[in-house]
Amino acid sequence: MSIMPPSHRVWWNQPIHKIEVTWVIIALVWCLVLFLWMPYWHVYGEQNLSNESYKTSAELFEAKTQRMVDKYTVRTESEAEIPVVAPPAGSDVYLVGRLWDWWPILELEKDKSYRVHISSLDYQHGFSLQPVNINLQILPQYETVITLTPTTTGSFGIICNEYCGVGHHQMLGKIIVK
Amino acid sequence: MAVKMFRRCPDSGLYFHKSAESLMKAHAVLGVVFLLIGGIFGLLVAATRAPGIHLLDAETFYMALTTHGTAILIFWVIAFEVAVLYFASSTLLRCRPATPRLGWLGFVLMLLGSLITTAAFFRGNSSVMFTSYVPMPAEPIFYLGLILFAVGALIGCFIFLGTLVIAKEEKTYDGSIPLVTFGALVATIIAVFTIASGAVILIPTLLWSLGIISDIDPAMYRVIWWGLGHSSQQINVAAHVSIWYAIAAIVFGAKPMSEKVSRGAFLLYILFLQLASAHHILVDPGISSTWKVFNTSYAMYLAVLASMIHGLTVPGCIEVAQRKKGYTNGLFEWLRKAPWENPVFSGMFMSLIIFGFIGGITGVVMGTEQINLIIHNTIFVPAHFHATVAVGTTLAFMAITYFLIPVLFRRKLIWPTMCKWQPYLFAGGMTIMILLLLGAGTLGVPRRHWDVNFTDAALQYEFAGTAISMLGMAVIGSIIASVGGALFCLIAVGSLIFGEKLDTGASFLSSFGFPMAETSYDVERPDKLELAPIEDTGNGGEHHEAKGTFVLALVFLASFVIYFFINAKYLSSLWPMM
Ligand code: HEM
Ligand SMILES: [Cu+2]
Ligand SMILES: [Cu+2]
Repeated sequence: MSIMPPSHRVWWNQPIHKIEVTWVIIALVWCLVLFLWMPYWHVYGEQNLSNESYKTSAELFEAKTQRMVDKYTVRTESEAEIPVVAPPAGSDVYLVGRLWDWWPILELEKDKSYRVHISSLDYQHGFSLQPVNINLQILPQYETVITLTPTTTGSFGIICNEYCGVGHHQMLGKIIVK
Repeated sequence: MAVKMFRRCPDSGLYFHKSAESLMKAHAVLGVVFLLIGGIFGLLVAATRAPGIHLLDAETFYMALTTHGTAILIFWVIAFEVAVLYFASSTLLRCRPATPRLGWLGFVLMLLGSLITTAAFFRGNSSVMFTSYVPMPAEPIFYLGLILFAVGALIGCFIFLGTLVIAKEEKTYDGSIPLVTFGALVATIIAVFTIASGAVILIPTLLWSLGIISDIDPAMYRVIWWGLGHSSQQINVAAHVSIWYAIAAIVFGAKPMSEKVSRGAFLLYILFLQLASAHHILVDPGISSTWKVFNTSYAMYLAVLASMIHGLTVPGCIEVAQRKKGYTNGLFEWLRKAPWENPVFSGMFMSLIIFGFIGGITGVVMGTEQINLIIHNTIFVPAHFHATVAVGTTLAFMAITYFLIPVLFRRKLIWPTMCKWQPYLFAGGMTIMILLLLGAGTLGVPRRHWDVNFTDAALQYEFAGTAISMLGMAVIGSIIASVGGALFCLIAVGSLIFGEKLDTGASFLSSFGFPMAETSYDVERPDKLELAPIEDTGNGGEHHEAKGTFVLALVFLASFVIYFFINAKYLSSLWPMM
């Protein structure tokens, strides 16, 4: 009875059921596989989060983004005249998350790599690239850098999946891949 | 002359101490009230997330979601857990509780704290979700209420530890403490750590919201906050696993297959408690992959191993007990002939199955560093933890309540037919909701989101039709689960008020934390709790193995492996990134 003291005073010397031992071993092996899979994927997998990130500030990050926008804007979209920025392949690309949009729109080339810097100017946000389904936590004061290589063309949505206030569900951005 | 403070429940043989039982009742009732409040908001949230209904406006939705998460995950679960601690110490060890007056102080703090935070929700300026990530501010009273509540719970933990010491000194039991009490001890140790993390992060946050501290680092906040947020889930697991063992003992007279394995598994929960709870911050900046990979697994996922062990030994001990009673045909006669119409058993068993098969598997898969990239903050995450905490923990607590109402409250359950159906409604509805939300989340649908059709946004994005329809259909499960949840609250509170009295000393007030009439307590000192009787090996000395359970375990493992590699495959289809 599990609600009474063990029937043997020296319970830790009692034999263990064979089934229990077998299961513990099987389960342990699987747990080790689960662990080893992560370093394995760091070596052989292509989808790994970089370890590159920097402390930054809203002003600094906004200024860097503005510089890129000034340099590489090719047109604007929608009534809000959101700049569409087409930076050269391999370059540093900046994306701002703020209440409530991802800014600016990025136009990238297929199969080219970009160093994408992302940060928040205010609260925490969730970078969620759809339908590719890459999801990152974006924090203010921290600049996340990932090297991204789009392999499909089309227009992709960036939604916000960290709650950031009453306009959270209006926070969208866009990446166009040509 | 010594005072008689104990009563012996004639139905269960358990001894209840007057002060301890009053504390148990008060905490359990407090919990159920918040389950009801939280549940109502859960339904409102679910009805808003369904695009076809879209019930609440955005502002109310985010307020309702904050209320649902906090009221139910913190107030319901923890208040009930403190009741379980009094039960596992004072009742199971037949011991007087340490410092019952302080126990009431703890209760009052929990009551006050929960009321204060609830007031903050309804004032509308604290819709920050229960995680309250900085720098989004809530009103100071939001944090203050949580802190008071946590201090109250901490007092409950120390009284539990104190009661264990008294029981040992006064020799109220023979041998070692029962497995269930051991599990509760593990939960308590984790709770003390958890509340310490909570203090380290919530007190500065309170000061920040008052303007005394100027800045809280958002990355540091997340690491320490999840030291609270994750560890508290480990408390829930330790608590509901203890209840599974308790119910196996109560319903079947089952004893652990081996004390060593079950206790060892509980210990793993403490040793491999993820101190910083890395799996919540796998896609955060500022933290290295090495740190993430190591801390999410400690190189071998031994806390996962622990749950996999309990997943075998709990049904295993039931199987052995049933086989001993003669249900020996085939692999599963023991299970088929189990008392499926008894909600104490059916609730417990569904809690175990859904916790393991759905909650466990999805949790480990999304807690893998790279796979988290496709799951982080999608509605997959709430789907996962409804399997762990809404079905695993909450349904286990519901199941033990069906046992406690006659035994502790001395009231007969009202509506026996409804009692029979309630666990199925709740578990069934939840399962429908969970599976559909897992599906929608896999397709990228975000959590905590008022409008996945993005109606007034400057830019547009359209989710796949299947994603939206799964999100929409999930509400059917939510409604069924809510009916089940509401039924539970009605049965529980209804039985406390209208249920037939099983003890002449029971009264309206004694259902809510006041002692029963003096005459009910007629035992001065309970008999010493003896060792569990030594197993007779059953029919003619034949030894029973839990073969059916082992087969179930292998099915579980196969599902786990398949599901893991499906997700790994999905991950490999993403754009390359580094
Ligand atoms: C009547 C049954 C319930 C229904 C219909 C329900 C439904 C939901 C829904 C639809 C969400 C929102 C997901 C989102 O938009 O992100 C949610 C969130 C949540 N639920 Fe439930 N739930 C129920 C019971 C429970 C129970 C019993 C628990 C825990 C013991 C629980 C804990 C939570 C938590 C912690 C959240 C997250 C809140 C947040 O994101 O801040 N729920 N629930
Ligand atoms: Cu947001
Ligand atoms: Cu966790």
